[in-house]
Amino acid sequence: MTSRSGVIIAGAAETDAIGRLPDKSTLQLHVEAAVNAVADAGLTLRDIDGLATVSAPGPVQVAHALGITPTYLDGTGVGGTSFLLHVRHAAAAIRAGYARTVLITHGESGRSRVGAAPFPRGGSSIPAQFEAPYGTMGPTTAFTIPVLRYMKEYGLTHEQLAYVAVAQRTWAARNPRAMFRDLITVDDVLASRLVAWPFHLLECCLVTDGGGALVVTSADRAGDFPKPAVHVLGTGEASEAPMISQLADFTESRAFRLAGQAAFAEAGISTADVRHLMIYDAFAHVPIYGLEALGFTAKGDAGAFIADGNTEPGGRLPLNTNGGGLSYTHTGMYGMFAIQEGVRQVRGEAPAQVADADISVVLGNGGMFATAGVLVLGRENR
Amino acid sequence: MSGKPVPEPTPETQPFWDGCARGELMLQRCRACGRPYFYPRPVCPACGSTDVEWFAASGRATLYSYVINHRPAPGFEADAPYAIAVVELAEGPRLMTNIVGVPNTPEDLVLDMALEVTFEPRGGMSVPMFTPAGKALAS
Repeated sequence: MTSRSGVIIAGAAETDAIGRLPDKSTLQLHVEAAVNAVADAGLTLRDIDGLATVSAPGPVQVAHALGITPTYLDGTGVGGTSFLLHVRHAAAAIRAGYARTVLITHGESGRSRVGAAPFPRGGSSIPAQFEAPYGTMGPTTAFTIPVLRYMKEYGLTHEQLAYVAVAQRTWAARNPRAMFRDLITVDDVLASRLVAWPFHLLECCLVTDGGGALVVTSADRAGDFPKPAVHVLGTGEASEAPMISQLADFTESRAFRLAGQAAFAEAGISTADVRHLMIYDAFAHVPIYGLEALGFTAKGDAGAFIADGNTEPGGRLPLNTNGGGLSYTHTGMYGMFAIQEGVRQVRGEAPAQVADADISVVLGNGGMFATAGVLVLGRENR
Repeated sequence: MSGKPVPEPTPETQPFWDGCARGELMLQRCRACGRPYFYPRPVCPACGSTDVEWFAASGRATLYSYVINHRPAPGFEADAPYAIAVVELAEGPRLMTNIVGVPNTPEDLVLDMALEVTFEPRGGMSVPMFTPAGKALAS
């Protein structure tokens, strides 16, 4: 069986450092990640004929800065999962012959805000009319709203929610690049500052600076690169609502479910085939919603599944093995870092390497359950 | 003037905000399939028909979910911590709101509690808020 996506990730790299980088602009982070990823693939920038990145600073700016004249541009900007969609779109473009080697870049001065676009505020958009008047302040005040409904419907406890952060810290402790590496307890999480009840500070992602980039090309070149090819076995994308208040059901993510179904179907896999999993974790409840949407647990069971240790080192489903957005890094658009860890695990070069990670699934979130992308990555073409 | 964000109507939302100024919570309904919906837009999200009409909702709702925000948005400093809630209207659609007339604590804000609409004057506009049923001031 051959992957219908027909592409591989031939190069993947992050910026030299991640975390607090006040001496680097957003554009510099894109450039540094791009140069690192192209070198990782054993290529030069002259080999790149396709460019994808989110709308700010956008593919024209990044391509021009790198001296690339692309035959294929993708500026899809649908939140932090955009880079997963860029991989999916690059696969289609490569199959169609629009480009041969696509570079996907992310750079974000999320913490230091150097050379970053200002946060939009005011105006007459639909969210500005129907959410901002109620005192929302970014994702911490809106992405978090559904969980109380979930807790009532399915009995998730505050301790189980807190344990998501505890579990991910066990991976971060093994990763020298993670921002937070000291092991924590449920009591530590529940004693941290309240941000938006029921969420405490340690149940919310970091805000950091950094970047990453990928080189995607056709699978028939799988043997042509210095690192083992990571096959893109399946991809999916989906959207639901532009405002958290308009999600159909606050106990689940339709976008996560649909994107996952598409990716698993294309790859021809089931959850039993998956050895490693990344779920975009802007907040502690998102991995719970993700595990259920992808079918790894029954509805309502994911909190207990994590609290029972299944996703930790030695557990049967290693999850967010870089430490995740809660402990590793979160620039604002974390999806690129989730892909990077999936690639490292499939290659066998992750700091906290999982045994036999021959199939890794990456679930990206965009906005606040607004969009989703899923990639199935594999060591062998199936 | 509170400094809180004041909604700026657009042509398709103007009837909603005009209703708020009158003390009415206006929703749209599809004439083809009968489904009520929110937020204002000129097409039915259930069936795609553009044959839609405005009607005054009952103003009754239940508390669907919320957070209690401890990091106030500009203009909300005096309110913190305050709940940012999503309510489910008796007619079905949900919307974001604040809950007034009751302490914003986990003990006082119980999911599925009965609420009713009230309107807060703000910057020449009227913003819909919700309060425990029976507590709304006569408009």
